[in-house]
Amino acid sequence: MTETPSSHLETPRFLDAGEAALVVEFGATVDPAVNDRVLALDAALRARTPEGVTETVPTYRSLMIHYDPLTLDRGALVEAVKGLSRAEAAERAPGRAWIVPCCYEPAFGEDLAEVADKVGLTPDKVVALHSGAEYRVYMYGFAPGFAYLGGLPQALGLPRRPTPRPPHSEGALMIGGGLAAVASFPMPTGWYVLARTPERLFSARRDPTFLFEAGDTLHFEAVDAAAFAELDARAGAGEVVARLVEPQA
Amino acid sequence: MTAARLKILSGAGATLQDAGRHGYMRYGVTPAGPMDPLAFATANRALGNDLDATAVEVSVGGLSVVTEGPLDVAIAGGGFRIEHDGRALPSNVALTLKPDSLLTLKAGADGAWGYLAVGGGIDVAPTLGSAATHTRSGFGGLDGRALRAGDALVVDAARATLGEPAAMTVPWLDRRPDRIRVVLGPQADAFVPDEIEAFLNEGWTVTARGDRMACFLKGRPLRHAAGHDIVSDGIAMGAIQVPGDGLPIVLMADRQPTGGYPKIATVIGADIGRLAQAQAGVMMRFAAVSIEEAVNARRAERAALVPAIRLEPVVRTVFSSEFLLGLNLIDGVTA
Repeated sequence: MTETPSSHLETPRFLDAGEAALVVEFGATVDPAVNDRVLALDAALRARTPEGVTETVPTYRSLMIHYDPLTLDRGALVEAVKGLSRAEAAERAPGRAWIVPCCYEPAFGEDLAEVADKVGLTPDKVVALHSGAEYRVYMYGFAPGFAYLGGLPQALGLPRRPTPRPPHSEGALMIGGGLAAVASFPMPTGWYVLARTPERLFSARRDPTFLFEAGDTLHFEAVDAAAFAELDARAGAGEVVARLVEPQA
Repeated sequence: MTAARLKILSGAGATLQDAGRHGYMRYGVTPAGPMDPLAFATANRALGNDLDATAVEVSVGGLSVVTEGPLDVAIAGGGFRIEHDGRALPSNVALTLKPDSLLTLKAGADGAWGYLAVGGGIDVAPTLGSAATHTRSGFGGLDGRALRAGDALVVDAARATLGEPAAMTVPWLDRRPDRIRVVLGPQADAFVPDEIEAFLNEGWTVTARGDRMACFLKGRPLRHAAGHDIVSDGIAMGAIQVPGDGLPIVLMADRQPTGGYPKIATVIGADIGRLAQAQAGVMMRFAAVSIEEAVNARRAERAALVPAIRLEPVVRTVFSSEFLLGLNLIDGVTA
């Protein structure tokens, strides 16, 4: 599932996922231009939510709109979305940019050596490529606070493992299938673990509970194990340790 | 109103559920909530609770509880065999549990999920606004896990007004799982028309592999028109995804909110519980319906829960010794 810029649909397709969810599909590929339109519609619907819309879920290429069909008629929802799509140009605010600390040392980047071997680069070069790229949060999925990221350098494009590896740590930075991810919950995975961030993508006791929104951009900043420990303690106490990059005036 | 407690003696697979954790799917959070939303709401309705009050969802693993303090309870769905202090009760029933009384639910011949609601609702600290247990992420319920022996469920505003056991008149819970209505899509176009026909016309058998996440079906595998990988998109309750092996999987309460297999159809809201209650080995067929029919079925479901639920006292099947003696005399005469 690599990123493939492609022609996207001029007008979105409306697909029913039962009588209580409508899929508004803008394309069939992982493409920032398609995702921009998904996020623009999502922002417009959140700003002016028609009565009966219960929840919206942005993904790479479509927006799933959950609704109560006893409150909101399907036809009226489609018309509302068409109206917003035209005004979608009302362009969503640009995503925020974050600098996210992470540690690539062997105890944290458990699969770094394996990845370097597979892509034919030195571990240092893999780290330089991974930490030098700009990533887009396309969507969450799979588990609470599991963020799918686009922007992985092509040189690190590697299929996922045929069988999952043992559970990774909280905060694992992973790559697989041409994409990158940050995972909040330890789980077995078919992805390769390159590093670990002390930041909490998810914390029920913190406001905001989830740190990044779909559409945000991330840069990873390498720190050593000592800095990781210090940042981890602060993050554990509820502090946000990723830094927001202020937009240029 | 006083506090009461329900102590769990056993209950493999039983969890606390409310109507689900909504509003966080965009962050990858599974909604959870009841497998049979209609039976869950019915149990709460019988007690005059909010329809989404936290209740115990009982699996085929059954449940055994002891009360501390008197407490109104209602049980609905799943066709469980219920005993209260040794007395058999109907499977959809409401009653006041006296202090220190024992209530057990055992799986019956049909059905898979039952709901034990309590008057006043069970008090649990919410996670992201909901008490619904999702064990994979450790959210909700008691420490994000299934119930186990030794747990004590707290009911702060316990009521004890129902008295003797009463059977609930709930004909809408008499559902056969043989015909499950679906709306085709969102990825019906990932299959050629012949395969859509096969999906609708052939029988599918529920396998034993199911859990709160999904219902796995067995039958003739379906062929995809062009591969089984799609770029991930949203997953609704009841989405029927078809992975590479061609065998449909119906995604239920503990589903992930997004996924990357084509979804041939979606079970309509009114038939989610009907499907959830199908035990392993049950054969079913899918029937495609319009959005309009699906909405009408949903409307009828909601209307059924508007009036108070009729309760019929359970006639005690304990006979007087005089009566039994009379039977014996008659038996003696005719023998």
